[in-house]
Amino acid sequence: MMMADSGSTEEVAVIGNTDITSAESENNIINTMVERGTALLRKMEINVAEAEKRTGKNTVNMQETYTVYLIETRPAETIPEGAMPAAPDTLWRRYSEFELLRTYLLVTFPYIIIPPLPEKRAEFVWHKLSADNLDPDFVERRRVGLENFLLRVASHPVLSNDQIFFLFLTEEKGWREAVLDTGFQDKVDSRLKSLSAMFRVKNPDKRFTALKQYSDELNTVISQLLRVRARVADRMYGVYKVHGNYGRVFSEWSAIEKEMGDGLQSAGHHMDTYAASIDDILEEEEHYADQLKEYLFYTDAVRSVCRKNELIQYELEMEVQDLAHKKQQKEELLSGTVRIFSLKGMTSKLFGQETQEQRESKVAALDQSIHEGEETVLQKNKECKEFVRSAWEDIERFKEQKDKDLREALISYAIMQISMCKKGIQVWSNAKECFNKM
Amino acid sequence: MVHAQTTVLGGIVVMVMDKNTSRADGSPMPNSPSSMVNQYRLEEDEEEQQDANTKDLFISVDNPESHVTAIETFIMYRVVTRTMRSEFDSSEYEVRRRYQDFLWLRSRLEENHPTLIVHPLPEKFVMKGMVERFNDDFIETRRKALHRFLNKISEHPILKQGPGFLSRMGETVRAVANSVRGLRSRPEEFTVMQEYVEDFSNKICSVDKVTQRIIKEQREYLDELKQYGPTYTQWAGSEEDLVDPLKGVASCVERCSKETEEQIQHLSEVLVPALHEYVLCAETLKLQEEVDGLADRVELANNALKGDWSRWQDSMRTDLKSAFMSTAEKNMEYYEKCLAVWESFLLSQRVEPAEQKDVEDTS
Repeated sequence: MMMADSGSTEEVAVIGNTDITSAESENNIINTMVERGTALLRKMEINVAEAEKRTGKNTVNMQETYTVYLIETRPAETIPEGAMPAAPDTLWRRYSEFELLRTYLLVTFPYIIIPPLPEKRAEFVWHKLSADNLDPDFVERRRVGLENFLLRVASHPVLSNDQIFFLFLTEEKGWREAVLDTGFQDKVDSRLKSLSAMFRVKNPDKRFTALKQYSDELNTVISQLLRVRARVADRMYGVYKVHGNYGRVFSEWSAIEKEMGDGLQSAGHHMDTYAASIDDILEEEEHYADQLKEYLFYTDAVRSVCRKNELIQYELEMEVQDLAHKKQQKEELLSGTVRIFSLKGMTSKLFGQETQEQRESKVAALDQSIHEGEETVLQKNKECKEFVRSAWEDIERFKEQKDKDLREALISYAIMQISMCKKGIQVWSNAKECFNKM
Repeated sequence: MVHAQTTVLGGIVVMVMDKNTSRADGSPMPNSPSSMVNQYRLEEDEEEQQDANTKDLFISVDNPESHVTAIETFIMYRVVTRTMRSEFDSSEYEVRRRYQDFLWLRSRLEENHPTLIVHPLPEKFVMKGMVERFNDDFIETRRKALHRFLNKISEHPILKQGPGFLSRMGETVRAVANSVRGLRSRPEEFTVMQEYVEDFSNKICSVDKVTQRIIKEQREYLDELKQYGPTYTQWAGSEEDLVDPLKGVASCVERCSKETEEQIQHLSEVLVPALHEYVLCAETLKLQEEVDGLADRVELANNALKGDWSRWQDSMRTDLKSAFMSTAEKNMEYYEKCLAVWESFLLSQRVEPAEQKDVEDTS
């Protein structure tokens, strides 16, 4: 079980079991959930306990094999001495459901850096590591990654309060309908537009520009680091494994020697131990690689927020421009001069002036449009400011989290290296003693 | 005035000239192989083999220098002999010899002592991709091997003695040979030795190959490490709070790279030459068996060969044991140094004493 730290000291709430209806559980939430800003994790232990293979028919009625993950939840309460903790509530989810949840969060909270999912397919593998999605090691690492994702969301001051997220953890059957009911699908297209569109913002927010640049740099450098590390791992594997050949040869050689035999034989065993030790060492290092990967994927989320900001900014600028255009049109109508070329203006010039009535009705229509435009600009401006404020709040939180997590990752990497060195000293010290007996 | 001293080196008198030597007619005495004259000298105590441990003859091979003539270019090595022996006038002699001279000496020794195991010389020709014959590493490796060669010879109880011993032994040899001439098959002991030599040769070659492979893998590992460290430094360029730990890790990786380099060097300089020497030894031993036409070859019944065989085995065991132990020690040293580097990084990152305690707990 893992508990993320949110720094809040709220009361523990009781989480209902899965027998109650959706409506009742909603009531529970309203009654027992404390004020906004509290992380869910203080109330609830979350654990992705197991993975299992299932076969079933997919949407196009084809047989497929997929993996499901068991999510356990349990109220976080202190257990009295000697007593057994309450049995957790459980449900099964597959990877695509996690993806659906994340997409929902992305469009519902565009100003938040949404935690990433573990990779769908294995990348940056060194040659002994399997790239197969059904490989047990890959499934295990993915299980850990999914748990990490849930904990990240559950400890986020904003995301953790989301109803859909809560249902994801507690409502196995009705969850999909609930998500679709939110109508988030409509916003998906808009989000894609913001990510891929090639618009230009006239006055970009310098802070966001700098952040986007940093995010791109981080993405590049972590990718490179992961690639090189995988190659280093490969080479280290080679060095250790070749020593295993000493084991074999010393053993054969000891058979033909008298005095040297024992020493050689036992030295050979230590060489075998040395060769075998690399497997555990590199498996541990994979965990470090996963920590780096999480932040590699985070850079996509950061970029996404920056792009959304650009889109909002752009839309605001468009509205402002539009409003200015309308105001100018009105001015022209009133003064009679044509400053802005328009087909209508030209045709009226060519085919005769409009009547006073016609002009007045046009002005009135424009006035209405201008009024609406002003409202829109106000609205957009407010939206923009609000986005910047809440985004930047989350960005600051993210920066702190990133610095802390990565620093810890580097420290844990150092600890791994120390452990590896100690094993090496032990093996060669033993081998030396054996050689001494030769 | 001829001022030369002779030493009996394996029954071949070596005339070690000092620099002031000149012929009667005033021209300098040539320092050439032909000046090594084959003379017989009777010795008083031939029965007693000198204890191999009381060394009274010290030979060193050093100072390789390029020697250019109209026809060819070759390397001359300086051979310095120091001795306590009373038969010498002086305690130190110096000559210059080239590789061909060593080859000549060795073949003479083998001719005179066909039953004995004469230590091998380093290969005549360069193998495996080395282009420059006068490459510094190659010359140094060869110099060391020539040094070992002369020292092994000088330590050998029989080889360093006079040929008089050989002639006395020769009579015994002929007597034994006549008695066993009737035998068709070789005595069992001889076959066993031959089988051992065959097996040993295979094993030592395998160990040599494995070692070469390890060096190759280590070199490739080092190449990747050299790219790994700088990536952390590059990352540090984009960060603020993380600059310190990132640069720390980069520095650790760099230091470990240097240690890896030294480790590879040690393997090449200590273990590989030792293994190589015995690869050659094994080849030599195999060849000895195939020399035919020597009906009066001493069979294993002869004590001299038996003694020499067990002497060789001891020597092999000692040499290889020492080389392996040295390698194990170097590897321990490598890991100890890397450990220190990472531990000091860890210490620099830990601020609170509570966290430091965690470090101790994990160790």
